[in-house]
Amino acid sequence: MLAAYTLWLREVVRFLRQRSRIVGALGSPLVFWFLIGSGLNRSFQGGPAMPLQGGYLEYFYPGTLALILLFTAIFSTISIVEDRQEGFLQGVLVAPVPRSAIVVGKVLGSTTLAVIQGGVFLLLAPFAHVQFHLAAVPAILGVMVVVAFGLSGLGFLVAWWLDSTQGFHAIMNVFLIPLWILSGALFPASGAAGWVRALMLANPLTYGVSALRRLFYDQPLAGEPSFALSLAVTLMFAAAMAAAGTIAVSRKKAG
Amino acid sequence: MPTLSPAVVVERLRHLYGERVALDGVSFAVARGEIFGLLGPNGGGKTTLFKVVSTLLAPTGGTVRVFDDDVVKDPAAVRRRLGVVFQKPALDDRLTVGENMRHQGHLYGLRGAVLADRIAEGLSRVGLSDRRADLVGTLSGGLQRRAEVAKALLHRPQLLVLDEPSTGLDPSARRDIWQHLSDLRKSEGTTVILTTHLMEEAAGCDRVAILDGGRLVALDTPDALTASIGGDVVLVRARDAKGLAARVGERFAVKAEVVDGQVRIERDRAHEFVTDLVESFPGELDAVTFGKPTLDDVFVHYTGHRLG
Repeated sequence: MLAAYTLWLREVVRFLRQRSRIVGALGSPLVFWFLIGSGLNRSFQGGPAMPLQGGYLEYFYPGTLALILLFTAIFSTISIVEDRQEGFLQGVLVAPVPRSAIVVGKVLGSTTLAVIQGGVFLLLAPFAHVQFHLAAVPAILGVMVVVAFGLSGLGFLVAWWLDSTQGFHAIMNVFLIPLWILSGALFPASGAAGWVRALMLANPLTYGVSALRRLFYDQPLAGEPSFALSLAVTLMFAAAMAAAGTIAVSRKKAG
Repeated sequence: MPTLSPAVVVERLRHLYGERVALDGVSFAVARGEIFGLLGPNGGGKTTLFKVVSTLLAPTGGTVRVFDDDVVKDPAAVRRRLGVVFQKPALDDRLTVGENMRHQGHLYGLRGAVLADRIAEGLSRVGLSDRRADLVGTLSGGLQRRAEVAKALLHRPQLLVLDEPSTGLDPSARRDIWQHLSDLRKSEGTTVILTTHLMEEAAGCDRVAILDGGRLVALDTPDALTASIGGDVVLVRARDAKGLAARVGERFAVKAEVVDGQVRIERDRAHEFVTDLVESFPGELDAVTFGKPTLDDVFVHYTGHRLG
């Protein structure tokens, strides 16, 4: 689809021309990870049979990866709000472009950027004594793509219905950050209190984080959802977001 | 000789924003190759009409057909033949002019050498060939509008719709755009629909539809519209406009209204009438002007209030 390609290309070109975005989405999770990780290192005891020699920094690594994907995906889809305000979007809407291509182009664009950022973070793993086999890298990248796609799709839905970036920031704080906090990124579901644990198991991102974490180790981890289940939920979430996005674009006439 | 169907057919178009009626049963047709103007004040319905015709908005009721395709039932078919120039440029100012054009071409299924040729041709037509590698953000408002027009014409649309094309442009830029539209009609037979609240712009169209309060109030060529006034327009400034209007009406058996604080009379052979007027009310008149009717006067004639 030529239209989806050109919309995707625009996202990437715009991103590369803006230095601040490149630093922003990568910088704060990095700082986050290092400060919180180092601070909590000694206090943290992994759940039963969780083979973590690297302490909390190691535990926190996949969650930080997920945070980078979240930040990049969301900040990229905010651009839909800008597009609408700046008038660019209307030019796309009056073109004979299938509505689904509009969603796919934007979402794939965000996904690409998120995976690039995440990839850079992966390069830092050795410095954190986070070990993983080189052979696992393609699989890790693959799961990153699916997780980023789902998050981009979610961001797209939210951005499509909002009229301003202010509203977007509110949603970010009230909804998206807690989504991440309750995803097993910061603490395992196995040790959490009843209602927290229930929320975490209902959260699609939990399964994304879990899938990522599993790929860093050779054997299954106790207290975590199985890899098969995690992957399945993550894929279904991504597909659901894509479908919802397409419906949203065909329904609401923007501008 | 068989006649081709009209380019655009609007039938009993209605649109509500919640409770507010933006379009109230508007019907008209636009002939192929015509330059058609929608004249009206802001909030009068022309922007809503523009959005419906350009497939951005599905109307509450009625139909619009563009080259026999229904804008609601088959928007993709309409979009292929439609070019739109928005009031707010639909350009990405972080991409270059050339990149914007390529992006647009792709959206319409153009690619490769064909697209490259069209871009070169389009840019040279609007005189922007030398700015091709410049970021759109560095272009002035007038140049951006030109780039917009070039962009909208890339896929050789049969119908070009423009929303307030003169906004933010200086007079020479306005003339350029207008010349361009005129050439386009001559060489490609493109049908043009534009919305405007500027009288001068409407005067250049083949036919003008006057929209006020969501209703089609008048539709004809600019000449026919001004002729329908049946005479010249006399405007009188006086301290007591209302009182004067009543007395003038009584004295001369004419319709004298107060519009915008002035007394307004439509009358043939105004130059004779004006002398009688001044003689009848010595010292009461601050200023008297008269002249051939303009579209502004036509607007007032049909709606009772000024355009501006």
